[in-house]
Amino acid sequence: MLIRKATDLTHADITPKSVYLDRRKFLRAMGIAGATAMAGRCFFELATPAQTILAATKFSGLAKSPFSTTEKQNSYDDVTHYNNFYEFGTDKSDPAKNSKNFNTSNWTVSVEGEVAKPRKFTMDEILKLAPLEERIYRHRCVEAWSIVVPWIGFSFSNLVKMVEPTPKAQFVAFQSYYDPRQMPQGRWAGIEFPYVEGLRMDEAMNPLTLLCVGMYGESLPNQDGAPIRMVIPWKYGFKSIKSLVKIKFQQKMPPTTWNLAAPNEYGFYSNVNPIVDHPRWSQAKERRLGEIFKRSTLMFNGYGDQVASMYSGMDLKKNY
Amino acid sequence: MSWYSRVRALLTSKWTKVVLFLVCLIPLGGLTWRALHHGLGANPVEFIQLATGRWTLRFLVFTLCITPFRKLLNLPDLIRFRRMLGLFAFFYVCLHFLTYLGPDQSFDLGGMWKDVAKRPFITVGFLGFLLLVPLAITSTAGWIRRLGGRRWRILHRAIYFAAIAGVIHFYWKVKSDVRSPLFYGALVAILLLWRLGDWFSRRRSVIAAKLSPEGARVDTAR
Repeated sequence: MLIRKATDLTHADITPKSVYLDRRKFLRAMGIAGATAMAGRCFFELATPAQTILAATKFSGLAKSPFSTTEKQNSYDDVTHYNNFYEFGTDKSDPAKNSKNFNTSNWTVSVEGEVAKPRKFTMDEILKLAPLEERIYRHRCVEAWSIVVPWIGFSFSNLVKMVEPTPKAQFVAFQSYYDPRQMPQGRWAGIEFPYVEGLRMDEAMNPLTLLCVGMYGESLPNQDGAPIRMVIPWKYGFKSIKSLVKIKFQQKMPPTTWNLAAPNEYGFYSNVNPIVDHPRWSQAKERRLGEIFKRSTLMFNGYGDQVASMYSGMDLKKNY
Repeated sequence: MSWYSRVRALLTSKWTKVVLFLVCLIPLGGLTWRALHHGLGANPVEFIQLATGRWTLRFLVFTLCITPFRKLLNLPDLIRFRRMLGLFAFFYVCLHFLTYLGPDQSFDLGGMWKDVAKRPFITVGFLGFLLLVPLAITSTAGWIRRLGGRRWRILHRAIYFAAIAGVIHFYWKVKSDVRSPLFYGALVAILLLWRLGDWFSRRRSVIAAKLSPEGARVDTAR
């Protein structure tokens, strides 16, 4: 079992005070403080939708990206109703159902560790950090299904440059938001939360590595990792951490959630690789959502030209 | 009429079998309805695969329930439905297998064998499926006669291993949330342990019956 140090908790881990207070006020006002959590959530949803559901922001004037694929995009409905976000439940349809009231207002991302300028970013600051681009990427899940998504964001390297990593910064550790009160289904996921992920510094600096704030022309819906997430298209989907609250630059390779859960099945690198199978299933093929039969999976999910050089000389069977 | 005789009358009615047959088709009907109304989600193949897999396990559990319920509730007529439930388990496992052979393996038998041999979770699932094939074939009255009741019963104990294989297959398939496989595992465990307990108590009573005259003699001799 992983025992986390208390110092790992940052302000960003704490439920925004407004959510907490609103909830208390609301329950007291309704006089149903003793009601079951289920009923409470239903009432909450009916009575105060405007407070909790942030309307999607439309982005305009998005720059096109040379990294975009011309493949057929999956529908918005597919991408928002079939995905994994274990904090909201383990069924593919759970995230859409259970993240409706997820409060993402007053969001901050804390950047710390081996950097000259550690700081916190608000969402407004992040949105102004670099010009937003639309990047249409293939996204390959470790479960052997795939989608094509028009993400919105910019290269993560833009943020890295702003905080000036020291020479000691060899790896980047990422952490998701976790609040058991907003994500009660998380306790059944069978993995430890908050969800953590990591990249090697060169991977983080690769222009393909996307700091993502939207998709399909608007801000990220809750179930797909609102309000900000990573997208690393040559790695299995679980590397692309959602609802990001903390970025830490460090010398040591950081722990990653699925590797902690099953080290023989999920490695730190987790590059899409059709010739290295998951111990329990083949990775040679994948089902593109919307298709019946499976298609061949491409090495590095088809992004070899941009990323293969980072792994030259490395045994990718060993470093799965 | 007492409650008990009313239930027995219901169980012996020829209509009950017809109704049960239709009820057993509801999962298939549900999938068909969803297929026609875009209700299978973004990954219809997976939806059908998971649903037919779950229904196979459920029907195996229903089939395994018949004997304990017959004895515990003193309702011998329940036996009339056992074959149908078992055959429906086989029906749903066939659909489950077809989603694997077709969409997953593109009907490539060579590729399928390689996959079956290589992956424990597929191997154990496939074994469970194979175990059910002879049971479905020999489910007719003719086959019971040909094999003889005793041999037929021994053969049909293969369902125990098929159910265990099904649960292991499910358990090995999930990534981390094992609640559902454990639930079916617990049901199968209870149903099989009941049989073990029943077998022991019958054995004991047989032994006791054999021993009792002798025991009595020993007693009087002393």
